[in-house]
Amino acid sequence: MLRDITLGQYFPGNTVVHRLDPRTKLTLMIVYITALFMAKGLFAYLFMFSILILCLVVSKIKPRAVLSGLRPIFIIMIFTVVLNIFFVRGETVLFKWQFITVTKEGVVTAAYMASRLLMLIVGTFLLTYTTSPITLTDGLERMLGPLKKIKVPVHEFAMMMSIALRFIPTLIEETDKIMSAQKSRGADFESGGLIKKAKALLPIIVPLFISAFRRADDLATAMECRCYHGGEGRTKMKVLRLAFRDYLAFLCSAAVVASVVLLGIFT
Amino acid sequence: MPILKTEKLTHTYSIKTPFEHVAISDIDFEVSKGEYLGLIGATGSGKSTLIGHLNGLLKPTSGSVFYDGTSIHESKKRTREIRFKVGLVFQYPEYQLFEATVFEDIAFGPKNMGLQDSEVNERVLEAARFVDLDSSLLEKSPFELSGGEKRRAAIAGVIAMRPEVLILDEPTAGLDPRGQAQIMRNIAHYKDAYNTTVILVTHNMEEVARSVDRLVVLNKGSVFASGTPAEIFMSAEKLFELGLAPPKASMIASRLRSFGLATRPDIYTIEQLRQSLNLLRGGEQSGGDDNAS
Ligand SMILES: Nc1ncnc2c1ncn2[C@@H]1O[C@H](COP(=O)(O)OP(=O)(O)OP(=O)(O)O)[C@@H](O)[C@H]1O
Ligand SMILES: [Mg+2]
Repeated sequence: MLRDITLGQYFPGNTVVHRLDPRTKLTLMIVYITALFMAKGLFAYLFMFSILILCLVVSKIKPRAVLSGLRPIFIIMIFTVVLNIFFVRGETVLFKWQFITVTKEGVVTAAYMASRLLMLIVGTFLLTYTTSPITLTDGLERMLGPLKKIKVPVHEFAMMMSIALRFIPTLIEETDKIMSAQKSRGADFESGGLIKKAKALLPIIVPLFISAFRRADDLATAMECRCYHGGEGRTKMKVLRLAFRDYLAFLCSAAVVASVVLLGIFT
Repeated sequence: MPILKTEKLTHTYSIKTPFEHVAISDIDFEVSKGEYLGLIGATGSGKSTLIGHLNGLLKPTSGSVFYDGTSIHESKKRTREIRFKVGLVFQYPEYQLFEATVFEDIAFGPKNMGLQDSEVNERVLEAARFVDLDSSLLEKSPFELSGGEKRRAAIAGVIAMRPEVLILDEPTAGLDPRGQAQIMRNIAHYKDAYNTTVILVTHNMEEVARSVDRLVVLNKGSVFASGTPAEIFMSAEKLFELGLAPPKASMIASRLRSFGLATRPDIYTIEQLRQSLNLLRGGEQSGGDDNAS
């Protein structure tokens, strides 16, 4: 069913990773990505990989959740690998057939690219699986706070984002309902070619839009009734505060980056 | 012979994820042709999940569903045919109207059946008549109707397919008493006209007490009891334990019994209660003592 999509889903928990401040996690995410791109050589990769596995274990994310999240991007991975294997030119030819040449360098590059991509994506899973979307936007809003000085409507963007995130499950549920209603009156979404399937979806999109607009309208009224007037002078119920574990996390990440750089230089 | 039947039906939502949840387990359920069956149970007991299987919308995690003796999941074609034979009216169906006009919405099912335009037309009008929808409403957009009208339009959309089995998930929830009575009457009329099998899911005990032949009680995803309304409502304590309550009439009768008045134990409608009290009064008139007010 539609609602079983796991990409970018939050799995509630109470591990250290879950409790880290969202700002810390966002920063660490950026650091992690940078480190991934700085990593050179087998050992640096292995090191990054073990760090990633360690984080996954600590946050108690089930391997199955990671695997099912990876399914949608499997195609992209394959594509990257194929592209690299066939188009990177090198000296040691492993295999040659007509105009297709596979070189050792190609295979190596493909392996590196694929594992980098994999680690990149699983790293972002780690962020979204352990941080609720609301906390995440809250953290973003705080981090981008200084931009308010140059009149960037940070609060409004954050609000838009949290509303959008909040309504994704609702819309999915709604789509499910409308599809069920139509199916039980004989609509056929399963058989037929691509064009027929796409056509069958049209009667779903229209009511979905109508209901989304109605919802937006209701929400706007509800917000206005509670005197919402933008970010000015608005206080938070849960104020984000950095704790000892956050500083510790920063320290660890600095150590990781340093190790990656050193591993790159000395091996 | 049962027209619809489930065997060891189990359904687990979000299987193999951290949100795994067993909604119904090992349900053996059947309904005979022409029967008026009531399905009751506390919130979350799995009523909607169960009936979602009866027209093949939900696929069983394990177990099977049979219509007229053959599995409804035999082939995709069969499943689709079953959808026309087993009409399902969802909980809050008014949120599921999707066509531009009420007429087109009701016509959606018959059109998918591949009927001629004239036949579709006739069925829409008939269905609208069954649910007391004024023909002036047919050209309106579904969003312009009141909640009760929408509800009736949604029911019309299902009965326009003339299903052999009509399943309604809380069709009267959230309506005023008159609207509730009207829908119950509409269903009864349709049932009489086509000798349809009806499965009614509801939280309204007065309603089931008055209309159904047999009751099935669900509790935490399993069948807890099944029997005539009289049988089910006699064991009031058990119903209370499940978070349900027998109809008012049956509670009054049992209260009177505890005061020593000899009312019959199988009373569950106001009419039966009145009869029983009249009998009592007739018997005690000479004594002149009557505290049954
Ligand atoms: N789509 C779903 N995903 C996950 N769990 C679900 C889903 N739908 C229902 N459930 C769960 O399955 C159980 C049974 O739900 P169901 O809707 O069948 O109950 P119900 O008896 O119809 O209740 P109600 O009287 O409130 O309509 C509930 O515990 C519910 O939380
Ligand atoms: Mg329900």
